[in-house]
Amino acid sequence: MITKEQVEHIGWLARVNIDEEDAFEFASELSTVLDYFGQLDEVETSGVKPTYHVADVMNVFREDKPTDSLEQAAILANAEDIQEGYIKTPKII
Amino acid sequence: MLEGLSDLKNKIGSSSAEDVVASYLERIEKSDINAFTCIAEDAIDQARKVDSLDIEGPLAGVPIAIKDNISTKGLSTTCSSAILDGYVPPYDAHVIERLRKAGAVIIGKSNMDEFGMGTSTETSTYGPTLNPWDAERVAGGSSGGSAAAVAAGQVPVSLGSDTGGSVRCPAAFCGTVGLKPTYGAVSRYGLVSYANSLEQIGPLANRVEDVAALMDVIGTYDNRDSTCVKHNAGYTDALQDDVEGLKIGVPAEYFGEGIDDNVQKLVWEAIGKFEDMGAEYTKVSMPNTPYALAAYYIIAMSEASSNLARFDGTRYGNRSEGENWHMMASKTRQEKFGAEVKRRILLGTYALSAGYHDKYYLKALKVRTLVKQDFERAFEDVDVLMAPTMPTPAFKIGEKMDDPLSLYLSDVNTVPINLAGVPSISVPCGFSEGLPVGLQVIGNYFDEATILKAAHSFEKNTNHHTKLAPGVV
Repeated sequence: MITKEQVEHIGWLARVNIDEEDAFEFASELSTVLDYFGQLDEVETSGVKPTYHVADVMNVFREDKPTDSLEQAAILANAEDIQEGYIKTPKII
Repeated sequence: MLEGLSDLKNKIGSSSAEDVVASYLERIEKSDINAFTCIAEDAIDQARKVDSLDIEGPLAGVPIAIKDNISTKGLSTTCSSAILDGYVPPYDAHVIERLRKAGAVIIGKSNMDEFGMGTSTETSTYGPTLNPWDAERVAGGSSGGSAAAVAAGQVPVSLGSDTGGSVRCPAAFCGTVGLKPTYGAVSRYGLVSYANSLEQIGPLANRVEDVAALMDVIGTYDNRDSTCVKHNAGYTDALQDDVEGLKIGVPAEYFGEGIDDNVQKLVWEAIGKFEDMGAEYTKVSMPNTPYALAAYYIIAMSEASSNLARFDGTRYGNRSEGENWHMMASKTRQEKFGAEVKRRILLGTYALSAGYHDKYYLKALKVRTLVKQDFERAFEDVDVLMAPTMPTPAFKIGEKMDDPLSLYLSDVNTVPINLAGVPSISVPCGFSEGLPVGLQVIGNYFDEATILKAAHSFEKNTNHHTKLAPGVV
């Protein structure tokens, strides 16, 4: 069972603000799903390696040659607030 | 039956790409199934360019719908989410570059579950796509718009993406063909990530040969996706009407509790048809299948919680007010993400958080290994596996929206394929009370050739794919 306080804490970690009313609903829904996930406890996995990726590729290299990248203006075009070539946000700290 | 690529080629040759694209645009305009999130204003211009420059690519003048999570330069890409309202990508995805080069006309973006999170296209901020066979029912998801547009004759072909069944489910529900390629066969460059270790872009069409033709265009190596694998293509070359001696495995676990009787019957009839055509089948066991769904959702949600961190109101999308960055981001995400997206981000964050990582995420990755081994063992003895794509035909709009878990359970036969990374195609295999049912043909790694050959042979010897949804001409 997951509590309303836990939901609010996870919400903060994930930067999703959650109203008190929604926190109650999420707590109940998330608990149901987590109960279902609990069935994995019955699978014997000692000695089994985790699979992060099915494609058996690692450390894909390319030649160290500069190529064209996107224009700065094209990227900034989608930002809400820009100033002198930078994206502007409210203060972080 | 609806026109395929070879019909269109003749039609464009005798009239023009402009006429053909205009007639499809007219069908889209007249329809109210809500298959599109936006229509490309330059669709006719793209077609005129094909006509005037005499472009001879394999898809010259062919209109195509693109799922709204695939980046299209200059054309809105929202993932059917309010958080990306107004976002216009400054670049094309790899598959879009390839399509443009082949002469295709990007006609518009198709509706989907928000960020691909759903099995019914009901979580879209634009509302659900209606099933062309019954407007009270869902089109499936998450690529519901891509499948419905094809089934309704609004485009001959489309692209979707498949993280846990999102191409095959709507293909089955709408009576079209849909392919989930092997993980690594198609570049994900420009696909907005939901669960990056599971998903692939895949084509939908009314015929197997058109799905193969699209794969020939999009399935090329691209070093901008580090998980893209160099492989032998030649998808169209694989299309022979010949399944003599084909070894089919039928996994008992895919016909278990919750799989509708009519669906089971139609799939068994299809397997009987393959026998008549010279194939043979054996029953196989894939014992870890019952755990695939839980493992899939833990992995998908964990990856989603990380991938969707980028939507914070900073670089793109719109922004809510907040006294500092953290409050701005938290408010933006509260107000612009839908309930299902929040649920998955919260569950994924929980599954990755200190104290729970080993219990959920690491455990799921280990179960994934076991599921993968089930497939590897099965393919030692058989060439393909066959099973129902979906446990039931399309369900009613609203039926499962109040109970997330019941919606997740409808993915039971599609998610193991994504965990393992093998290819799988859904083809129409009959109707249950007037609603289409899909047969799933699953293949070994990078052996799309065999499942395309099997699906093509089945299509040549049956007529399910020729039936039209009501009102479609």
